[in-house]
Amino acid sequence: MSHDTLPRPATAGERPEQPGRRPDGRRRRHWTRRPNPVAGLGSAIWLVIVVVPIYAMLSASLTGPDKALTGNPLSPPTDPTLDNYNTVLHSGFWHLLSNTVIVAVAVVGIVLALCVPLAYVAVRTRTRWSGLAFRLFLLGVAIPAQAVVVPLYLLIAKLDLYDTLLAVILPTAAFAMPVAVLVLVGTLRDVSEDLYEAMALDGASPLRMLFQLAIPLAKGGISTVVIFSALQAWNGFLFPLIFTQSDGPRVLTLGLFNFVSQFGVNIPALLASVVLSGIPIFTVYLVARRALVGGLMGVGGK
Amino acid sequence: MALAFYLSFTKWDGLGDPKPVGLANWRKLLDDPRLTQSLGVTLLLMVASWVFQTVVSLLLGVWAAGQQRNRAILSAVFFVPFLLSSTAIALLFYALLDPNFGIIQANILGSTDGAFLAIVFVGAWQFIPFHTLIYQGGARQIPEVLYQAAAIDGAGRYRQFFSITLPQLRHTITTSTVLMVVGLLTYFETVLILTKGGPGTDTAILPYLMYEAGFKNYDFGYASAIASFLVVAATGLSLLLVRLTGFGRMRSTREGM
Repeated sequence: MSHDTLPRPATAGERPEQPGRRPDGRRRRHWTRRPNPVAGLGSAIWLVIVVVPIYAMLSASLTGPDKALTGNPLSPPTDPTLDNYNTVLHSGFWHLLSNTVIVAVAVVGIVLALCVPLAYVAVRTRTRWSGLAFRLFLLGVAIPAQAVVVPLYLLIAKLDLYDTLLAVILPTAAFAMPVAVLVLVGTLRDVSEDLYEAMALDGASPLRMLFQLAIPLAKGGISTVVIFSALQAWNGFLFPLIFTQSDGPRVLTLGLFNFVSQFGVNIPALLASVVLSGIPIFTVYLVARRALVGGLMGVGGK
Repeated sequence: MALAFYLSFTKWDGLGDPKPVGLANWRKLLDDPRLTQSLGVTLLLMVASWVFQTVVSLLLGVWAAGQQRNRAILSAVFFVPFLLSSTAIALLFYALLDPNFGIIQANILGSTDGAFLAIVFVGAWQFIPFHTLIYQGGARQIPEVLYQAAAIDGAGRYRQFFSITLPQLRHTITTSTVLMVVGLLTYFETVLILTKGGPGTDTAILPYLMYEAGFKNYDFGYASAIASFLVVAATGLSLLLVRLTGFGRMRSTREGM
C-alpha cells in the first residue's frame, strides 16, 4: 500500500535538510591536503603513547613467569610461551565470557525494546506530559551510577536478586537508557514531517509508522544505541562488583579484578587475562569498525 | 534517588532494616576531614583531566577529520584503548607501574603526586579515543565553504583553526565536556585498582570514599549521605555547564549562514 511512497533509507542522507551529512565520496577537503608537520609530530607522539603500553602488555604476556622480573619489559620476549594464556583459560575464563555475553545481549535487548518506543513518543507527541517525561529522562544522564548503588542494593536485596545475573542486567540497562533516548530522539527528530503526513494520509496507524518509517530511517541512531549499551554492559564493573558475590554470576571484568589476588605477583598471567578479555571486542572492532566508530560518533550528536 | 536521600538519614548495616537517625550522617559528613580532602582531589582530578583530555582529543579529532589514508589508519590504532574495559586498563597500568616489573623502575603509585598523575594519565589514555571520535565527527560536519571563504580571505591554517574550527565546534566541546565530567565519576575503577585511594587517602575521590563507607565498612546510611552530595554536585555542575554554554537553547552553529 503505502510502501511505494516511502523513500528507501539509503537515500535519507541526501535530503536537502541535512546539509552536514554528505556521503563520504562527495566530501572534498583541500584545506587538510597540505602536509601539516606540527600535527603530524603530535600524532606520532600520541601513537607512541598508545602503542607502547599495548606492546609491553603483549610481550609480557608471552614471557615465562621466571623471566618476567629480570628482563626489560620493552625488549621482545626471548622465548615466547603460551603458558600464561593456558593458565588463564583453565581458570574459568569461558564461564566468565559466557556470563558477559548474556549480560550484553540482555541489556541491548531491554534498552532497544524500551527506548525506541519512548523516543518515538517523545518526538511525535507534543503534550506537556511527554515533554516532562523526556526531560526527566535527560536528568538521568547526569546521575552517576555510583550515587544510587546503595538504594539499588537495598532494592535488589529486597527483590531477592542479589548475586544473580539479573542484578547486573537490570541496573546496567537502566543506566544505558538516558543516553539511548537522547541519541534516538536526536535521530528521529530528523525524520521529516512530510513523510509522516504522507503515511497518515495513506491511513497508517502510529504503530505502523513506527515500524515502517521511523525505525528504518533511524538505523544510524539505533546502531549507535546498540554499540553504546553493549560496550557499557561489556565493560561494566561497579554493578557486578556490588551486586554479585559468588562464581556463578561473575562476569569478565570482575573476574579480571579477582585474578589480581589469584595470580598475585604473576604479572604475565595477569596481563594475559587482560589480553584475553579484550580479544572479543577487538574482533568485533576488526569486523565492524565502520559501524562501531560511526555509531559511537553518534553519541557526540549533532 | 529519593530512596538514597532517605537512607542518608538512617543507620543501616546492610542487614535488617534501616533505622532513622536524623541528621547524624550529614553532621558526620560535614565534620569528616576526608570529605574536604576528597572533594579537593575530585575537583583537581576533574580540572586536570578536562584540560589534558580536551586539548589532546580536540587536536587529534580535528586532525583525524581529514580524509588522508594515513590519518584513517592511525585513527584506527588510536581507538584501540577504548575497546578495553576500565578494569583491564587499570590492571594493565597497575602491572606496568609495578616497581619490580614495570617500564619505569620507580614507585610512582607510592607517592602522592605520582599516584594522582597516574590516574589522570590512565583516564586520559582510556577516554581520549572516544572524545577524539566525537571531535572528529564534529569537525567533519563543519561546512567546507567556511574554509574556502577563509582561504580566499587569506587566512592561514592556524587562523582558520581558531576562527572557524573552534567556534564551530563549541557544541561538540560542551557535549564532550559534560560526558567527561560525568564520566569522571567512573574513574572509580581506576582508583580502586591502581591506588585503592592511596597513598593514605590522597587519591580517594568521592565515589571511592562512598564505596569504602558502604561496601567496606557497611555504613550504608553514611554512604548514602556521600552519594546524595555527589548527585547534587554532579547535577549542579552539568546544569551549570549547559547554562553557561547556552547549549540548551538548541541554537544551530550555522545561524546567520
